[in-house]
Amino acid sequence: MKGAVKALERNLMKGNEALAEAAIRAGCKCFFGYPITPQTELAAYMAKRMNKAGGVFLQAESEIAAINMVLGAASTGVRAMTSSSSPGLSLKSEGISYIAGSDVPAVIINVQRGGPGLGGIQPSQADYWQATKALGHGDFHLLVFAPASVQEMVDMVVRAFDKADEYRMPAMILADGLLGQMMEPVSFPEIKANSVDKSSWAADGHKGKRAHHIINSLYLKPDELEKSVADRFARYDVIKSKETDAELYLTEDCDILLCAFGATARVVKSAVNEARAQGIKAGLFRPKTLWPFPVKEINEAAKSAKKLLSVEMSMGQMIDDIKLAINCSKPVEFYGRTGGVIPTPAEVLAEIKKVGGAE
Amino acid sequence: MSVVFERPKSLLDVTFHYCPGCTHGIVHRLVAEVMDEMGIEGDTVGVCPVGCSVMAYDYFGCDMIEAPHGRAPAVATGVKRTNPDKFVFTYQGDGDLAAIGTAETVHVATRGENIVVIFINNTIYGMTGGQMAPTTLPGQVTQTTPFGRDPQLAGYPVRVCEMLSTLTGTAYAHRVAVDSVPHIRDAKKAIRKAFETQKAKKGFSIIEVLSTCPTNWGLTPTEALKRLQDEMIPYYPLGVYKDTTSEEGEK
Repeated sequence: MKGAVKALERNLMKGNEALAEAAIRAGCKCFFGYPITPQTELAAYMAKRMNKAGGVFLQAESEIAAINMVLGAASTGVRAMTSSSSPGLSLKSEGISYIAGSDVPAVIINVQRGGPGLGGIQPSQADYWQATKALGHGDFHLLVFAPASVQEMVDMVVRAFDKADEYRMPAMILADGLLGQMMEPVSFPEIKANSVDKSSWAADGHKGKRAHHIINSLYLKPDELEKSVADRFARYDVIKSKETDAELYLTEDCDILLCAFGATARVVKSAVNEARAQGIKAGLFRPKTLWPFPVKEINEAAKSAKKLLSVEMSMGQMIDDIKLAINCSKPVEFYGRTGGVIPTPAEVLAEIKKVGGAE
Repeated sequence: MSVVFERPKSLLDVTFHYCPGCTHGIVHRLVAEVMDEMGIEGDTVGVCPVGCSVMAYDYFGCDMIEAPHGRAPAVATGVKRTNPDKFVFTYQGDGDLAAIGTAETVHVATRGENIVVIFINNTIYGMTGGQMAPTTLPGQVTQTTPFGRDPQLAGYPVRVCEMLSTLTGTAYAHRVAVDSVPHIRDAKKAIRKAFETQKAKKGFSIIEVLSTCPTNWGLTPTEALKRLQDEMIPYYPLGVYKDTTSEEGEK
């Protein structure tokens, strides 16, 4: 038995706890966090398990300190993680920009709640723009994974660590309060975390055997800064071509293509099934990576569709990327609830009929 | 002929960007001498602040990380907790440590984090061109206190060693100055003791170094040293504020 729960066994676990367990199995050696609802079980689980697993758990004095502890630990080549919920991500954004600008791998969890401001504590997807467009100042991206089940919370955090290391960049799991809090059966596959050699850059003491390593995001000469950003964007191009992922459900002959990610996609899938039962050719496109956005996949999914309908727990954020991805070649409608309100399958079905999926 | 004075090995042979008369160079040298003497350069990770000494990562020979403004103690915590066998130090100015980074400073000390903080107090923001720092003295003219710092408007200067010495987690807090040869010798001893404290796993050390900023004070280097002696030392008395390192056992 490797951890508190057995590998390959089906366990009934909360999303937050399953994610924490998977991170430890993926070789996460340290967790720095600060309490915030609805992600607190994740930190509590780490507090219980991390030290026994030979790692470090530390409750920081703030979200700001927590992300900077991640920066320090990750700079030495150690797999490091922090988690929070929406308001906490705003506080972490400075540190995330530095992590990206310093080419340091790290994993960040956002179990989203309603905003803006203190907002609420119920599930939301209103941090889509923040995660995919502007999680800090400057030209940079994070890898953003969007799980839709407790099992995907597990699978994606392992992938996030591997890809963060591979591309030397921050990776985010963009979950929500629904996924974090709900319990589902989950299994932990034998996790073989990629072992990436970080000795060419890690600042972990040179032992007199090499020149000193500098982890830094400051370039006072504009041409040098431009080159460092351009080099990073060349890497982003590789990522865009290789790392997109999406689920296509009943899309081959669909007249109306629904687009949803995360917990919302589960609701939408029910609505699509009901629409099909009523003779409406509906399909679902569910991006599993939000950055890079699955451009190729959505164009494939939308081939036969006359209309697209984006359903989100926000006032409409992913819809921008959908329109860009299909180059506005078809009408894209929107239905959303926000502030912590979860749309129901009946609402979504009604919307499908309203926007013209019925013909 | 024998060599009687040379650059410490842990200080790289590059040109500093510091202004003439600035005392950063002296403090850099003292830290590097201590690394050389203890033979720890290869086992040390330094953390730079945002401010004049941001580019210290180019000067120290050990591995270096550049932290966001005020966050060096948090970055150092992440390094030390995952690499407890390494020596970890931060090098921070007064704006970085005692204004924007106050929470990180207080909590790294109260956790008794086994690191060394080198704190440069020159009563001004240097890199941004001479604005009021949390340590700016009452009456001191800066770009943002053009009529002199009025405590009724801008509050009082922070005495960092005194504040941190109230925290149980602080093992060693010592204020030194680099205005004269005897004081520089004392500063060197204090920095050495701080690194020895870390080696013995006895907890958190802070060495506050009273320093000069001739450029932003509008003084010559010599006048600046005199101001340090006449105005700063009376407000920020030198000495050991806390020392639990001789007590038995590891903290």
